[in-house]
Amino acid sequence: MTLPYIPNTAADRQAMLAAIGVGSVEELFADIPAEFRIGELGLPPALSEPELVRELSALAGRNRPVDGMPCFLGGGAYRHFIPSVVGEVIGRSEFATAYTPYQPEISQGTLQTIFEFQSMVCELTAMDVANAGMYDGASALAEACLMAAAISGRRRIALLSTVHPHHQAVVRTYAFGRGLAVDVMPPDDLALSEEHACLAVQQPNFFGYFLPDVEALERAVHAAGALFIVSADPISLGLFRPPGEYGADVVVGDGQSLGSPLNFGGPYLGLFACRQQYLRQMPGRIVGRTSDAQGRTGYVLTMQTREQHIRRERATSNICTSQQLVALAATVYLAAMGKLGLRQVAELCYHKAHYAAQRIAQLPGYALAFDGLFFKEFVVRCPSASGGPSELNRALLERCIVGGLDVSQYVENGVLLCVTEMNTRDEIDRLVEALAAIGGGA
Amino acid sequence: MSDGPRQADIGARLTFDLGKPGRTACSLPPCDVPEADLPPPSFLRREINLPELSQVELVRYFVALSRRNYSVDSGFYPLGSCTMKYNPKVHEKLACLPGFTSLHPLQPLATVQGALALMYDLQRWLADITGLDAVSLAPAAGAQGELTGILMIKAYLADRGEEGRSRVLVPDSAHGTNPATAAMGGFEVVTVASDGQGNTDTHALASALDDGVAALMLTLPNTLGLFDPNIGRIAEMLHRKGALLYGDGANLNALLGRARFGDMGFDIVHLNMHKTFSTPHGGGGPGSGPVVVKGYLAPYLPTPVVAKEGEGFVLATPERSIGRVGSFYGHFGVLVRAYAYLRTLGVEGLRQVSDNAVINANYVLARLRQAYHLPYDRRCMHEVVFSGSRQRAKGVRTLDIAKRLIDYGFHPPTVYFPLIVDEALMIEPTETESKEALDAFCDALLAIDREAEEEPQVVKEAPHTAPVGRLDEATAARRPVLRWRREVGSEP
Repeated sequence: MTLPYIPNTAADRQAMLAAIGVGSVEELFADIPAEFRIGELGLPPALSEPELVRELSALAGRNRPVDGMPCFLGGGAYRHFIPSVVGEVIGRSEFATAYTPYQPEISQGTLQTIFEFQSMVCELTAMDVANAGMYDGASALAEACLMAAAISGRRRIALLSTVHPHHQAVVRTYAFGRGLAVDVMPPDDLALSEEHACLAVQQPNFFGYFLPDVEALERAVHAAGALFIVSADPISLGLFRPPGEYGADVVVGDGQSLGSPLNFGGPYLGLFACRQQYLRQMPGRIVGRTSDAQGRTGYVLTMQTREQHIRRERATSNICTSQQLVALAATVYLAAMGKLGLRQVAELCYHKAHYAAQRIAQLPGYALAFDGLFFKEFVVRCPSASGGPSELNRALLERCIVGGLDVSQYVENGVLLCVTEMNTRDEIDRLVEALAAIGGGA
Repeated sequence: MSDGPRQADIGARLTFDLGKPGRTACSLPPCDVPEADLPPPSFLRREINLPELSQVELVRYFVALSRRNYSVDSGFYPLGSCTMKYNPKVHEKLACLPGFTSLHPLQPLATVQGALALMYDLQRWLADITGLDAVSLAPAAGAQGELTGILMIKAYLADRGEEGRSRVLVPDSAHGTNPATAAMGGFEVVTVASDGQGNTDTHALASALDDGVAALMLTLPNTLGLFDPNIGRIAEMLHRKGALLYGDGANLNALLGRARFGDMGFDIVHLNMHKTFSTPHGGGGPGSGPVVVKGYLAPYLPTPVVAKEGEGFVLATPERSIGRVGSFYGHFGVLVRAYAYLRTLGVEGLRQVSDNAVINANYVLARLRQAYHLPYDRRCMHEVVFSGSRQRAKGVRTLDIAKRLIDYGFHPPTVYFPLIVDEALMIEPTETESKEALDAFCDALLAIDREAEEEPQVVKEAPHTAPVGRLDEATAARRPVLRWRREVGSEP
């Protein structure tokens, strides 16, 4: 078998083995004790490229992608328009097949785009500094909580109950490692003490709504001497007030909405920004601007004494990568949308979601679960005649509509619906008609 | 080929500095629903300082930047411990099939059976390749795989009432993530010395090993590119004391189809899809760091894992799961590429990978040993670590050698790591390089050795041909400029 990715011929190998001074390749593995050498593995036989394409296409064909149907599912993963330039740029192998820019002289492409990314995240969130990127919104939130604990020396993390349940779960996982306690509290009954390192909130919250009095929360957090962490939807920041303007100390979020497809949950992108004073406690890669001896501007990885490869067990985090290619997608996306486009996307989401919510609320048996300001997601209570959220979603799927997220474990008969600029009025009207039919006019 | 008009200082102009107010690179549909009332201005942002570029400006800007990057597709990239192998192009095409990219992680499981089948098979194959029993594909990168593994050990020990095991042993040759991860897991880190052969010093290990030890984190082959022949004994020593053997799978490329972690006594191992399994490094992610464990640790895997139920596949939560490590199920887009790679290799291909990776590294060793000091004089596995100590005696440092390699058209090896080798040069050729490429690279390093003798200034001032010269990193750290800001007075 000749593999297209292995260039050495049998003659090459013979010549190389002779230069090495061994008779066979087996001799090179002599350090592996005989009892650990293996015989057979259970992998299926190798495929040629056309066979591979056929097999993977068949696997892909066993899925029903949401692009083919009106889709109203959100809950932390969002379908937004991705301009073609994004795929074109991140598809360039000069970006895709490079590694972490350890040699800045030949990595200026990657380094300069990271500097762009940091700048854009700062603009978006109205914060002072941002890192080069993290795994996803959930792990960025968890790292922010650990950072708050390290800064404050306190051992308890407070989360608002309306933070995405998956994100809460990741915070708990990370907190278990450091031996920190996690307290979940509702917005109207904060119980912060001097033991709390931070309060983390999500804005808009898991159910799509803005916190009614974020200023009061901010005052309460800072009165307790804790850090105020805000997890924000970056698309919402095209229209709504950024967390830096209401006292956030750390802002995190998931950057998937910024130019990345749904990809069945990953890779996504963690956004992480904070106030200047916390720079040296920030996890992750950071790029800085500098110059060479001739005065040419260049970029380097900097502040590395925070990081694992220098600081080892005293590092701020063990993270090495910065989700670079996904961060590049976000950078190109934000540059392509620009000042006008991002606001327009946010407004389209807002108007379409409100149109959908208003029409659904008028249907007999359906009601909005919450009052208040929402962005692109909202919770609908479905009528008992629909059989509950899971039955409702099943009935919608039969009509080739991907419904919302079943949140009945938090809101009785609740479905979390998401409407973005990708949903046309026609799709929304079809959803409304389908809901009316399923609800049975109850 | 021309790169377009000469720009004096490309780095000085960002997207924010290009374009003009009113330009945009995107086109969006008009609003087709009645507009809702916006909330009062106090809820809205005043303005957002994002660039205003036309699409042409945007594309030219990023294309110009891409040309300032070295990549696997531009040339030999022997970055030790990073396994910079070629990334097959067909994988990119397959990973972009709408049947994969347009799947919502929360859509009904009945509509994603193809994706789950792919993950299920990948779980099985990774277990088979490593000789272990159960797999989580959830960790987002190697470092998160490590954290997952360490937290599983912590949870397992807690269930056994052995919270007293508060220390994790880490060899002095280990990658920095190992001690950083152990610390994130709440463990105290104890460094174990290597012996004169580059193996774990079993006497040092014996004296560090007591009832307070949770695990040893061991990279195999280690970061010196050496396979520790005492591995069976090391596993025995740990298990006799009730401690676990954690494997850092960063260097699995050397062992594919040859030896398995499970057979050697490892309890838990993390893998790196972007190293061993050919998924693109992306300039620093996204990676993917699956965790593979012995059966007794399977109940502690993070949620969810893919399980088979009748004819279909489901997402399941292991009984004593440490919980979630990410928003959803890991980097599915990366897993598709790794799956495609394994389907292309088959069993025979796996072995060809490790054979050629090991031959290539030993060939580089053989060609350079006369000129460069070999601190551990034995055959290596997939990578070889030299020391620039001889050249340093002539006033040329390893950093200078690395920078001079750029002038010869190569990406430098990993330098100054592992920490136990003075002036380290860590070279990992991978199996995807030809003998001709290795010869050209070795010729360059031999030429640089002669330059170090005859015209050291040329080496010390390198690179001479890169887009920028050596950058002032000290000032970058002392007076950090970490973001763009509009210059005062430049407002149009």
